[in-house]
This record gives sequence, structure tokens and C-alpha cells, in this order.
Amino acid sequence: MTKVVEGKNIVRDYHVGGGLFRGARTVHAVKGVSFSVEKGKTLAIVGESGCGKSTLARIITLIDPATAGELLIDGNKVDIARDGLTKEMRRKVQIVFQNPYGSLNPRQKIGDVLGEPLLINTDKPAEERRDLAMKMLKKVGLGPEHYNRYPHMFSGGQRQRIAIARALMLNPSLLVLDEPVSALDLSVQAQVLNLLADLQDEFKLTYVFISHDLSVVRYIADEVMVMYFGEAVEYGSRDEVFSDPKHAYTKTLFAATPRADVASIKARLAKKKAA
Amino acid sequence: MALLDIQNLVVEFQTASGPFRAVDGVSLHVDEREVLAIVGESGSGKSVSMLAVMGLLPWTATVTADRMMFGGRDLLKISLAERRKIIGKDIAMIFQEPVASLNPCFTVGFQIEEVLRFHLGMDRAQRRARAIELLKQVGIPEPAERLNSFPHQMSGGQCQRVMIAMAIACNPKLLIADEPTTALDVTIQKQILDLLVSLQAKYGMGLIMITHNMGVVAETADRVIVQYKGRKMEEADVLSLFESPKSNYTRALLSALPDNAVGDRLPTVSDMLFEPAPSGAGA
Amino acid sequence: MSQSTEIAPMAAGSPDRLTGFKTFWHYFSVNRGAVIGLVVFILLVLAALFAPLLAPYAPDVQDKTAFLRPPAWQTGGTTQYLLGTDPVGRDILSRLLYGARFSLLIGAVVVTLALTGGITLGLLAGYFRGWVDVAIMRVMDLILAFPSLLLALVLVTILGPGLFNAMLAISLVLQPHFARLVRAAVMAEKSREYVVAAKVAGAGHLRLMLKTILPNCLAPLIVQGTLSFSNAILEAAALGFLGLGAQPPTPEWGTMLASAREFILRAWWVVTFPGLAILITVLAINLIGDGLRDALDPKLRRS
Repeated sequence: MTKVVEGKNIVRDYHVGGGLFRGARTVHAVKGVSFSVEKGKTLAIVGESGCGKSTLARIITLIDPATAGELLIDGNKVDIARDGLTKEMRRKVQIVFQNPYGSLNPRQKIGDVLGEPLLINTDKPAEERRDLAMKMLKKVGLGPEHYNRYPHMFSGGQRQRIAIARALMLNPSLLVLDEPVSALDLSVQAQVLNLLADLQDEFKLTYVFISHDLSVVRYIADEVMVMYFGEAVEYGSRDEVFSDPKHAYTKTLFAATPRADVASIKARLAKKKAA
Repeated sequence: MALLDIQNLVVEFQTASGPFRAVDGVSLHVDEREVLAIVGESGSGKSVSMLAVMGLLPWTATVTADRMMFGGRDLLKISLAERRKIIGKDIAMIFQEPVASLNPCFTVGFQIEEVLRFHLGMDRAQRRARAIELLKQVGIPEPAERLNSFPHQMSGGQCQRVMIAMAIACNPKLLIADEPTTALDVTIQKQILDLLVSLQAKYGMGLIMITHNMGVVAETADRVIVQYKGRKMEEADVLSLFESPKSNYTRALLSALPDNAVGDRLPTVSDMLFEPAPSGAGA
Repeated sequence: MSQSTEIAPMAAGSPDRLTGFKTFWHYFSVNRGAVIGLVVFILLVLAALFAPLLAPYAPDVQDKTAFLRPPAWQTGGTTQYLLGTDPVGRDILSRLLYGARFSLLIGAVVVTLALTGGITLGLLAGYFRGWVDVAIMRVMDLILAFPSLLLALVLVTILGPGLFNAMLAISLVLQPHFARLVRAAVMAEKSREYVVAAKVAGAGHLRLMLKTILPNCLAPLIVQGTLSFSNAILEAAALGFLGLGAQPPTPEWGTMLASAREFILRAWWVVTFPGLAILITVLAINLIGDGLRDALDPKLRRS
């Protein structure tokens, strides 16, 4: 199997500028994380706020450079801090953000949202861009009648479909999903997760799925990485991690996740009666 | 005896495109020492109905109900001034965004003492002692020092603890928690839920837990109301809701949980076409 | 899911631009003052456009038999000159009608100039930050540190008196307000996810600035634009009054005031009517500005 993305010892530091009375200090957001994802697979990165998972997502999406370490995409080393970014590279990695209300330009029609990546990165004529956008709309479960509408006319789930469609317009090999369903209602969440699974099968897409929700991760991931204060404390296949967590933090995380099954409700009610 | 008893609550908003009915004929009651969970997705009217009880809706909203009894008095019939005395004292509410719910300009100590001064008329020394005691109760370490902190110096979980401290400051009979843990991490969520449930048991409060998270319902509630688009779909005690849901909507919601995935696709709500049952069905 | 009091999303359907305008009009028309302002302003524009048809006389025609004739309803006034005549026998009504052209022209030109300059500078400062920001904003601060009329006076003295130079000076004085506003809006929008998304789609700096960010910063600019429109008219009138704006015999309202100064005690109408014209215009535009702010700023929307 070919590795679509590989990170070797990736480090990201932020320099927090000193104020009048404080010296500058360095925050280590990501402390030497290594990972790799094979084609058609999903790596889930799990962690709580401030653990560096979103920073890592921005590095993999080539938005921010890493401070140290190597990032390989399709086997090619990428260093945007030194070499900048070629259009070719840009097309390979795309991202879907968490908040579907913030990630679409409120003054851009859906057709333009989808056409923009093509307009910038290819020299396809307007006619062809339009056709491709229409096709993609159908792929994500929307229709051609949505082409000329503005984002505010859509529900959260529909917007997330549009954001996914936009990310796929350039046929990327890697899609970074930064908490794509955590802002959505339960029923909509299920639909979007299904869509992501369908698209992965159809286009052999590779996903890096960032989430804090273990039940979602258990459903979608092939491999799981648990991050805690910038470090990968647990990394392995889904079944390994879920059936036999090694690190104390992973265990805490599992224990804290609320359970919605009948057995645990019975146990709780029994305990309450006893008290 | 029912602590809060609402019959046929209707809330309508005036919008640019005509009136919008956010809550449509919902009836509910909470007893003393009971945890009621109201669960629903966005637009289900679950928060709006509780904001209506608190009288916190904007002026564009019209609230009507056959009755809204709290402690033997109808909240819709008494004067505004009387109502203000009840709200914040006998009924308290905590919100989803703990950091945004606190005023960033004042220390948390000042904000807790403000509640004590307004509702209980304590003097300065009493207030301070009580504030320290409250912070201790909600599990904030070094409470005396923490009184002088500003909200931005505390984490989200700690801010939510402060909000809870303010809410229980006057020993309320009813505590309404509107998505109290949605903005928090899972590990913090667990702590806050445990705290809420233990305080509820300790003081014998009624607790209304508004949430979209089935896990939170399962971990806290005695009784559950499921709402959809402003209507009550189902009302049941927690065990029978999860064991044998009556309404199609509840069934669909439960099967959409990724935990319950069968095969590699999730069943979705729209897969199970359902007719919204009239309110009160399944009660 | 996080919106606790969210009202169900707007039904997808019906052409959007129309509904957008409808909601805008709904919020705008709630404000009665704004609607009155709008009506007055439209009348004013019509008066300016059709001044040659409406005015009974040309603005510079003198009637040697009728110096300082009082308005029609006063003793000594005639219906020939509805609002009376000025010291050299020109019809005040006609001059006011033609003057509306100048006032509106001044407002339009000044706002356009200030807006262009302000948007360019504010966009650059807010987008690039760093030394570009520091350089631009310190110059803006410098301009803001002077009392605006004083600075305009200095500039006009350097450039030489005249209507066009006055407009240039006023737009220079007003422009920092726009620059600050744009900068703040750009900084807020730049961190939004849709901007990052456009970046990931490969958009360059120019595209990000002009096509992605700028259209989302327009609402506060429109409001500031209307308020500056009235400001410009006021300042131009002030410069005119001081003899540094439009030069006589141009029927500009401020200039009319200035040339009537010595007759304040003898003939109230020569100063009152141009003054009233300025007052009404400025008031109308400010009312519109307030209404626009209510309608365009979601934070002030009442529901």
C-alpha cells in the first residue's frame, strides 16, 4: 500500500510575544508527532481542546508550516516555510472545517464556492467548471437547483455537504476533516458520516479525521491516534486502541465518555437507589 | 407534588417572514428531587420553553400557557417584580457557554456576592464567607484566592463550576441546566455532570437538563421528554425510553448514535419516515 | 447544535436577493425616522436634478428692483419671490434649489474619494499587519489628531481656495475613519474559516483581499459612508462660510450664508433659509444612516 501522507517527528512551536511586563515565551503546541496513512484509509486524531490536534491539522493541510520535522505527501517532501507551495501540492490536500456556518463565504453563491478552486487552480472554461460543480452537488446529495443559492439558505448539514463538495472539487488525494460533524445534530451527523464513507469508497479517498467524540471515531476510523498536550500518547489500529488502551489518559477518556446503553443506565439507577 | 407544572405552553416569535411557533403546546412537570431531561435537536424548542419559564425571551416572543405553576403560584399571572424575586432565587439557570455567561469585567467573587446581596441581602462578611463556601462546594481548589480571579483567568470547566455556584447560591428549588456541558471536553463534562447530580441529590432540588446528547441523558436523568420541532414526541422514564422507545423519532435518534452502528452505514432519521405524533402521545 | 435558542434555519426556497432586500426593508422601515429621512433625501435629489425646471429664476439673475425682498408671507413680500431675495436681488428659492446640486455633489465626491482611499489603506493594513499596518495607521492617527476643520483649512490654504480643493481636503480629513473601520473589519473577517478555506483553495493575496474579504466588510462602510456624506456637506458649508470653499457667486449653501452675514439683523431670511437647507439635509441623511445601521448590523437587530 502506498502512503499518502507521512509525518516524521513534527514539531510546532508558537512564540507568544512578550508584553510590557512579561518576556516572550514559547508554547509547544505539537511535540514531535509521527504518523502515516495509507491510501483509502482513515486516521482519526482524538484529543481534547488544546491538545494540538487542530494545529496538526493545519500543518497537514499545508496552511501553517511545521517548526521542525518532515511532512511527506504522496512520497514528496513538502516544506512550505522554505519552498512555498506549488499549485500541484495545493490540489492534493484539502480540508473541511468544523463550523459549517463560518466556513462558507456568506456573499458567495454555492456555484461560485464550488467553482472557485477550479478557477484558481485550473484553466478549465466556465462551462466545464459549471458542469463539474453540478456533478459534485449531486454527489454530495444536493441538487442543481442549489447552484445559485447563498449559504444562509441552507441548514448546517447541507452546508457541511457543500464544504465537503468544495474540498473534493480538485480531486485531492488527502482530505483533512477537522471535527466535521461536531456542530451538527445527531440525525444530520449520521447522514454526513454516511456521505463521507460513501465518498471514501467511491474515490479511494484518504482521510485524516480530527475529533473529540470517541463514538464517531470508533465508527469511522481505521487507525486512531490519541493526543494529549501536544504528544501522541496512543497510536494504533482502531480495535487495538478501543479494546486495549495502554495510556492512562486514553483510559480516562474512555471512562468519561457517557454511555447510552441500557445496561449502564440500569447500573446507575441501581446505584442511585442504594445511595 | 409537582414543583413546576406547565400545561400547553406555546411560544411564538415575530419574525420578518411572519410569526414562527417555536414551542407548540408542550406540557411538562418536574417533581422535587427529580432529574428531568429534555432532549431534542436544534429547533426543537427545548431551550425556548425553559427561557419562557425564566422570562428571558426577547420582546418579539409571545408566551401563552394554560398554566405555568411554580410552588403553587402561576408565573404568568403574578407581577413582573414578584416574578423577578422568584427567578434567580427559587429557579436558577446555567447556560451552555460558561465563559460568555460570566461578565468579563468583574471578578467571580464579585459576581457571586452580587447574587447573594440582591436575593438574600447579606452583609459583606457573610457574603464573602458564603461565596468561599459555595466555591468549595462546586470543587474549586483554593476558593478564597479564586474569588479574586477574573473569568478569563479560569478554564471553561472552572467557569461552569462558578456558574453552578452562582445558581445554587440561594438554595433554589429548581435548577435548569441548558446544555451545561456541550462546550466542554469529555473529561470535564463527566466532572460537571457528576457535580450537578450530586448537588441535586444533596439539596433535593428539581433539575431540568436540556441537552441534545443521548449519553448525557442516560447518565443523569430520571425521566425524559423528547421534543421535535416544538412538539413533545415522547415522555418516559429513562430506562424504558432507551429500552423500548415508543415514538418513531426517538427510535430514529437512538439508532443514529454511532455506538449503535450496524454494518458500515448508520441509519438516519430520514430513513425512517415518521409522522410527528400529536403532543402528549406516549406520555 | 450549539445554538441554544436557534430558530429553525430559513426555509430554502424563493429567490434570494429578493428575500434579502425584504428583510433589509423590514428592519429599515421599522425605524420611522429613517423612512422620513429617506423621503426627504429623495425629494432633495429630485430637486437637484430638476432644478432648472423647478426654479423660477436662474441662480445668478439679479432683479435690480428687488433687493432684500422678504418672503412672500411677510409684509412687503411678493409671491414673485417665495422665499425673498438676497442683497443683490437674486431669488433665494432658486439659489437654494441650485445649491442642492452642489451639496449633493460635494457629498458624493467626498465620500467616493474618502471611501476609495480608506478601503485601500485599511485593506492593506488589516490584511498584511506588521510594518505596513504600523506605517499606515500612524499616519491615520496623525490626521485624526488634528481638529478636522482646522486641518481642512490648512490644506485649502496650501492648495488654494475653491470648491474642488475644498472637497479634496475634506475627503483627506474624513478618510482615516474609513481606513480604521475597514482595518478592523478586515482583521475580524480574516480569521474566519471561510477565508482559510479560500486560501486552501489556492486563492492569492489579491483575490483574498478583494473578492473574499472585502464584500463581507461592506455593511459598516455603507453606514459610515452615509454619515460622512452629511459630514462632508457640513464641512464644505463651513469652509464656504469662511470663504475658502466655493467662491461667490456659486450658489453653494455655505457660501450663501457667508455672503449674507452682514444682513443677519436686518433680513433674517437671507441666512435662515440656507441654514435650514443645510440642517434639513444633514438631518435627513443622518436619519438614513441610523436606519441603515439598524438594518445592516445584525447585532442591533431586534429579534
